[in-house]
Formats: sequence, C-alpha cells, structure tokens
Amino acid sequence: MGYVAVKGGEDSIKNAKKLIEIFRRENRLAVDQVMGEGSLYAPKLAELAVKQAEGDLMEASFLIRAYRSTLPRIGYSEPIDTRDMFVIRRISSTFKDIPGGQILGATRDYTQRLLEFEPSEEVEDEGEESSDASEYPPKFEKVVDVMRKDGLIADPSEKPEEPFDITRDSLQFPLPRSARLQALARGESGAMLALAYSSLRGYGSVHPTIAELRVGYVKVKIKHPYTKKEVSIGEILVTECEGILSGVGVTTLSEDVKFSIGYGLVFGQNERKAISMAILDGTTNIKEPKAPSEDQEFVFYHIDGVDAMGFVEHLKLPHYVTFQSSLDRAKKAKEVKNEGL
Amino acid sequence: MKGYSYAFLDEYTKREIRRKILKAVAIPGYQVPFASREMPIAKGWGTGGLQVTLSLIGDSDVLKVIDQGSDDSVNAINIKRLVQRTTDVKLTKDTKEATIIQTRHRIPEEDLNEDQIIVFQVPFPEPLRTVEPSEQLTRRMHAEKDYSKIWLYLYENIVQYGDITFGARYPVMVNDRYLMDPSPIPRWDIPRLHNAAFLSLFCAGREKRVYAIPPYTKVEPLEFEDYKFEVENFDGKVCAMCGSDDTFLTKSVDERGNEIWLCSDTSFCEKRRREDGL
Repeated sequence: MGYVAVKGGEDSIKNAKKLIEIFRRENRLAVDQVMGEGSLYAPKLAELAVKQAEGDLMEASFLIRAYRSTLPRIGYSEPIDTRDMFVIRRISSTFKDIPGGQILGATRDYTQRLLEFEPSEEVEDEGEESSDASEYPPKFEKVVDVMRKDGLIADPSEKPEEPFDITRDSLQFPLPRSARLQALARGESGAMLALAYSSLRGYGSVHPTIAELRVGYVKVKIKHPYTKKEVSIGEILVTECEGILSGVGVTTLSEDVKFSIGYGLVFGQNERKAISMAILDGTTNIKEPKAPSEDQEFVFYHIDGVDAMGFVEHLKLPHYVTFQSSLDRAKKAKEVKNEGL
Repeated sequence: MKGYSYAFLDEYTKREIRRKILKAVAIPGYQVPFASREMPIAKGWGTGGLQVTLSLIGDSDVLKVIDQGSDDSVNAINIKRLVQRTTDVKLTKDTKEATIIQTRHRIPEEDLNEDQIIVFQVPFPEPLRTVEPSEQLTRRMHAEKDYSKIWLYLYENIVQYGDITFGARYPVMVNDRYLMDPSPIPRWDIPRLHNAAFLSLFCAGREKRVYAIPPYTKVEPLEFEDYKFEVENFDGKVCAMCGSDDTFLTKSVDERGNEIWLCSDTSFCEKRRREDGL
C-alpha cells in the first residue's frame, strides 16, 4: 500500500484528502470501530460483521463480542511500547513544532464536509513527486517524553501492577487504572464521546490539551513458551492519545505542581474515541467526584454498548406477567384510597 | 453446530461459571460476581440464564425454556434453539420431564423435585438498587446485613400508598442472612421458593452476578406484622381454557372482545385440559 508522508500546510491537506481516497476501501473506519468495541482485533471478521449487521455498528460489535466468547484465552502478550510504532499519522496541539514533525496522514479534519454527488475521482498519479517513507525516521520521539525530561509531567498515581482483566473478573469499585483503561478501550464510541463532552463542556473540569495523537502499526509480541524469548505474532493498527490534563484558562496541576496525563489507546483508527478515552481516564481518576463523568460507577456501568443496547431493546419482550402484578397493586392502592385510609 | 464448541462456550468458561455457581450454592442468596461472557443473544434477553444453562447442560439433560410461563414465546424459542443447535439436547414442554428449566418471570405451576434445576434470567440482581444506586454501598450493606433502608422504603410505601407497592421482584430474605432479588417473578411464585425441593439458580449476564437458593432453604418475603406480604388476587376468576382457579392468570380478550383470564403457564393449562382431574 502506498504510504505518503507529507509535511506542512496546503499540500498536507490536499495529500491528506488523497490518502483518504486511497484508504476509502469499504467501511474502513466502521471496521476499526467494531474491532475496538467488539474487543477483538480481526479486520476480516469485523468487515463481515458490519455487512451482516447492515451497517449497524453496535449490532456488528455485538456479533464480534458473541463470537469472542467462543475463543479460549490462551495467553497474554508482552506490553507494547508505542514508541516503536510505525507511525502513519501524528499530531500535537501542545506545541507548534514537535521533534520529528507533525505528520498529517489520512484525515478529514481539514476538508469541507460537502456531500459529493459525483463519485470521487480516482486518485491519478499526476507525476508529482511523492515523498518516500524511507526519508523519515522509523521511530518518533514522544512529545510527553520531551515534557517529562523537562520535569513537567507527574508520575503515574498508581504503581505498576499485574493488569486487571475485566473480561475475566467483573468490575469491582474503586477500579484500578488498568481496569478503567480496558473498559474504556472496549467502550462504545458514542457513549464515551457524550460523557467526555459533558466534562469538557461544563459538567466537570477536565479539558485536556493533546500532547500527541498518533496512529500507526505496533508489533504484538508474546513470550515463546519454550525459549522464553519474545516473538512477534503480528501487527495491529492502533490510535493513541496522550492528553495533558491542563485545564483551559485555569491551569490544573497535580500536588507536585506537574501536569497529569489522560491516556487513550484504541484498535484501528478511531481518534474521536481515543481522545474521549483520554478525557475519561482523567475524569475517573479525580479523588472527589462531583460531575457524572467523574463518578466511576456512572461511567463504567454505562459506556458498554453491548450491555446498553441489549437491555434497552429488551423492552420489546413481553412483560404481561410483571405488568399484571403492577396492575394488581395499583388496584389495591386505589381501593385503599377510596376507603379513605 | 459446525465450528462451535459443545454448548457454545469454551470449556474454561463453563468451568469458571460452574465454580461460581458452587460458591453461590454455598452462600444462599449471596450475589457472586462472575465474568459474564457476551452471548449471541442481546444483554437483557436472558444471557445470564443462558450461560448457566450452557455451563450445566449435558447429553442426559432435558431442557424446558419458558418466558412469562409460556414455552412458545419467541424469545424462549430462540434460546431453546440456540441450546439445541449447540448440544443436540432433548427439549420438552412438560415441566415434569425437564431436568433444567430456564425461565423468565415465572416458576412453573407444577411441583418440581430434587432432581430438577430452575434457572432464572435476572435483569436486576441487586434488591437494594431501589434504595441505593451505588454498587459499592449496596455490597457493604449486604456485608453488614444493614437492610434498614429497604425497611424504611416499605414503611414509606405504606404511609404513602396504604400498602407495600412491590409488584413482581418482591425482595426476600434468604436463610436469615441475605436479602435477595427473586427476579421479576410475580408475588404468586414467591412462597414456592420457601423450603423448595429444587435448586434455584439466578443469573444476571449484564450485571455479572450469579446467586442461588439451595433445596430446602428458608425464603421469606419482607413484611410487617400488620402489613403482610400478599400474592396477586384474581377475585375468583378462573382460566377460560382449563377452568383452574389455583394458577397465576393473566388478562386477555376472546374473539368477541370480551375480557377473559388465562393461565400464564401454558403447558400446565394444556395438561389440565388433557388429563381431567389434575
């Protein structure tokens, strides 16, 4: 697949649009969203699910989750260092220029959202010089690492621990950070967006500045059962967001007068969700919750799309027995009232 | 079914659920957290009950599935089909013949024996949710056996409405220790849980909790000395099909639009019509 790295202004935007055209194979972003919410990295299956569900992404995620239940858990991967990511897009809003440069990659962010009644033109090679990936370093230094060197970033509030696995244990509050991040990674994009937006907009105080948003491929490694050496078993596309919980207007700092980080990592390219996740990581870490998005139980019991859609739609099932019970009580209450208590 | 394990779930999952069930049986009425799996039916449509059924079922079992008391309800049929497609187990409508009965909102009218297991689908496992939204707090209240809030709620019911207003889902005390949500069965079915010969398993898939009432366990609905628990009153109505006056009835209309009452347990109603004197 052609990879076009670009830099700077007008050309970037034009090239970003071009990239989108190249990427615009069927339902790419829908497939990515379903892999994330379905919690299974399987592009072919997710594509099948989207088709089978006629484009209903919650239904598609549900199909993937159900299929996932048939697969045994046979091991855990080693931690992935996203510093080693093969980056196809990275931007930072904390600084104009970042080490390695901003790489716009494939984005609609700067395009006009006009319905295109004509089918989009094929991307023709105009013979213009397209840059070559090999011009760029294989790795990019992270913006937060630069800030960390300057002593601006607070240390994580929790010690490294064996990660909690919410697919093998039910949620127990207060949740450790690993459980919160896992729940967010599987959460429904729309629900997370709404809660993150509520904090951003006024019901809460977390307003991050994006230190870095990067999209790219990372290698998944496991420990070989016999040699105990790390072996790579494949690559996955992920979107990562590191948000500086800076506040807007008012600067919010941790006790040691440093910035805290909200972290988001999701399967595929799903930037909206990665940013929402970074915000909600920040809001649900607040010690004295005041807003809905800061209440751990409120957030984590309601962002799972498969849970929510199923239960809301169960209202279509018959309830005439329970309703009979209610009618009986209503009748009794009426009788009591008429007798004049 | 090609490409799928026996009874859908992988064997590790089934073992995990069986272990959680054993714990639930050992602590009657206590909600055991478990890692509920996503099922190919939606949350809120019986995924908890289904996971229990699938983790217990074997070749010698005979399965009955009901919804609102009916074997022919679409969701019950859907659940039955899934279990049968993945196990090839024998299905029945006859309560007496079943070894496992998965149910939504009813207990069959016929008596069950010691060899039978009834699996309840549960939407809200927490009986204290009515009075306390926080799971952390309700778990603590159970640990401390602090049920004052629910008693106060019942009292306020009486002050406001003249009687206790719980319809279905009437909270019960199990084994003098844990307050338990019996799932949205009508009050009619509550007394049948007390000292029952059969094992009752309750499972909420979305809320990820499993709990149980072992055979011959004390189960008491909450009530005051002067305001007693009451089952639904049908004012002497009888089933328009079988004529019974001792079963749970639901209102319906006949072809001329007249109000009639019918048994909610449809297989028992049929049986009564077939076997006179039952």
